[in-house]
Amino acid sequence: MSLWEYANPVKFIRTTDKVLPWVWTLAGLCLVTGLVWGFFFTPNDFRQGSTVKIIYIHVPSALMAINAWLMMLVASLIWIVRRHHVSALAARAAAPVGAVMTVIALATGAFWGQPMWGTWWAWDPRLTSFLILFLFYLGYMALWEAIENDDTAADLTSILCLVGSVFAILSRYAVNFWNQGLHQGATLSLDKEENISDVFWFPLLVCMAGFVLLFIALVFLRTQTEIRARRTRALLSREGQA
Amino acid sequence: MRALLLRDLMLAIRAGGGFGLGLAFFLIVTVLVPFGVGPQTELLSRIAPGILWIGALLACLLSLDRILALDWEDGSLDLLATAPLPMEGIVTIKALAHWITTGLPLVLAAPVLGVLLSLPIPAYQWVVISLAVGTPALSVIGTFGAALTVGLKRGGLLMSLLVLPLYVPTLIFGAEVARRGAEGLTVQTPLLLLAGISFGVIALLPFASAAVLRINLR
Amino acid sequence: MVLTVRDLAVTRGGLAILEGVSFDLKAGEALVLRGPNGIGKTTLLRSVAGLQPPEGGTVTGAEDQIAYAAHSDGLKAMLSVTENLKFWASVFGLSDIESALVAFDLTELRNRMAGTLSAGQKRRLGLARLMVTGRPIWVLDEPTVSLDAASVALFAEAVRAHLQQGGSALMATHIDLGLDEARVLDLTPFKAAPRTRQMDEAFL
Repeated sequence: MSLWEYANPVKFIRTTDKVLPWVWTLAGLCLVTGLVWGFFFTPNDFRQGSTVKIIYIHVPSALMAINAWLMMLVASLIWIVRRHHVSALAARAAAPVGAVMTVIALATGAFWGQPMWGTWWAWDPRLTSFLILFLFYLGYMALWEAIENDDTAADLTSILCLVGSVFAILSRYAVNFWNQGLHQGATLSLDKEENISDVFWFPLLVCMAGFVLLFIALVFLRTQTEIRARRTRALLSREGQA
Repeated sequence: MRALLLRDLMLAIRAGGGFGLGLAFFLIVTVLVPFGVGPQTELLSRIAPGILWIGALLACLLSLDRILALDWEDGSLDLLATAPLPMEGIVTIKALAHWITTGLPLVLAAPVLGVLLSLPIPAYQWVVISLAVGTPALSVIGTFGAALTVGLKRGGLLMSLLVLPLYVPTLIFGAEVARRGAEGLTVQTPLLLLAGISFGVIALLPFASAAVLRINLR
Repeated sequence: MVLTVRDLAVTRGGLAILEGVSFDLKAGEALVLRGPNGIGKTTLLRSVAGLQPPEGGTVTGAEDQIAYAAHSDGLKAMLSVTENLKFWASVFGLSDIESALVAFDLTELRNRMAGTLSAGQKRRLGLARLMVTGRPIWVLDEPTVSLDAASVALFAEAVRAHLQQGGSALMATHIDLGLDEARVLDLTPFKAAPRTRQMDEAFL
């Protein structure tokens, strides 16, 4: 029993069909619990007031925006090295989800930034990096759409994802160098003294778990769709040939 | 390899386009900026280094699809792939030819256009140096983009979408060198980082471009 | 024995088109591929030339031995006939182009820009390119397209000379070149049973 068995499309669909309802339910539970807890049962911040509550959407979506790209990178590597179709399709399926997460992070950041910093947008390193990340998502998705041959598209987008990752990291450092910025540093690292207090931390943790589960559910669903679309094309071409 | 470089250069000269278009575009962008932001000398001289960098970058982008698309259309690329040249060598030569026909003229034209934007005197040398160090990276990255989209019928717009985000680090460090030079600050750190990016992409990116081109040829 | 093809299977657009193709091509031999449109001659030749990885089977003896000529000639309109040939000769590490010019009756056109040539003249220039590569195996895809009868005779003569020098040729063509020594391989029996590629099988 190896992990690679799930690289078979049919097996993947069968397994995810069983798992998906559970993931959806858990994701829904976590999100409802975390958001209700966060919005209604935590105190307002003494400086930021009630706007601090946007953190329960902002931080998890920002987390997923980056992790979705990381997942695409891993899936692309698996496709290049082992050529499992599900892997390439999963990378394709994750891209729009990641792009939407990036937009959510940027938008909630803007809503938060307006009362806090007095501006909707600033060319702050973090904000700028996310905007650049969004551009990378757009290019990646556009390349998938533009190429007709499925395997060629998978090959090219995988290499783009690899090269893009390197340049995304370079951009991150370049942007840091370019402007020091307004955004606070990471307040969530576990080893720091000046961490945010547990009152905010626990609901946030639940929200992050909810977003991770939501992401997994969406990627599973979208990968299933991609597999089915691919199967339809394979069947149609076989029909046409016979 | 040398034959390929010479042929590409000769084609660029004979077919016009090569040298002329990029430079003309650079000139037009530079001329349009004062129309957009107003003719105040102090404002122009403050944004001049950045404008020159962006103009050079766009002029570079404009000519990228010529790198490989023409050879793709007339079948030369198929024939080159069966020739005793490594694909990595072919894409490197292509990028070099693009730099000589586009990047180098831009570097040389930048100080002339700087006059139009009342570029501060100390900035001239740094604009030229930063462009000279940075434009090779633009050509090499652009060749990667051109290789990705070579098989597509209307790949031009898509290529811009793919290449521009990749240009971000080069642009940031390049414009930073020019800006600091203009303000008389020390430029060592961004200049070294810019050189690092250039050398890094020249060393590594041809492998990715060659892999992509092989995929597109099959 | 210069070129060996064993059990070659090729696909086009995600569909298997040929399978189990095997043949040998020895020095001094010519092999003509025949078959109706769409049987996969071009795809087969691209696989032999190494441009397209085959779905299955092996091609041995092709590495750095093949001069490939396809539908497009890879000519640059803004370079003269001589310059086009000189370029390809130096890519392959050679310099002599005179014999190629003579063989395809291009000496009078030598200083014309390739862009001003007629379709047939361009084709002749594209075929002359084969001679300056110095490669022993010519892989030709419809070499006689847009050639008139006299030019076809020139081409047949060039192929014959190439074979006599120990070279070999693999070509897909419909017309009779008058090459008595050429063997003919009809690809129709190798037509693949209707199925998708192995890659796509997993999805069914």
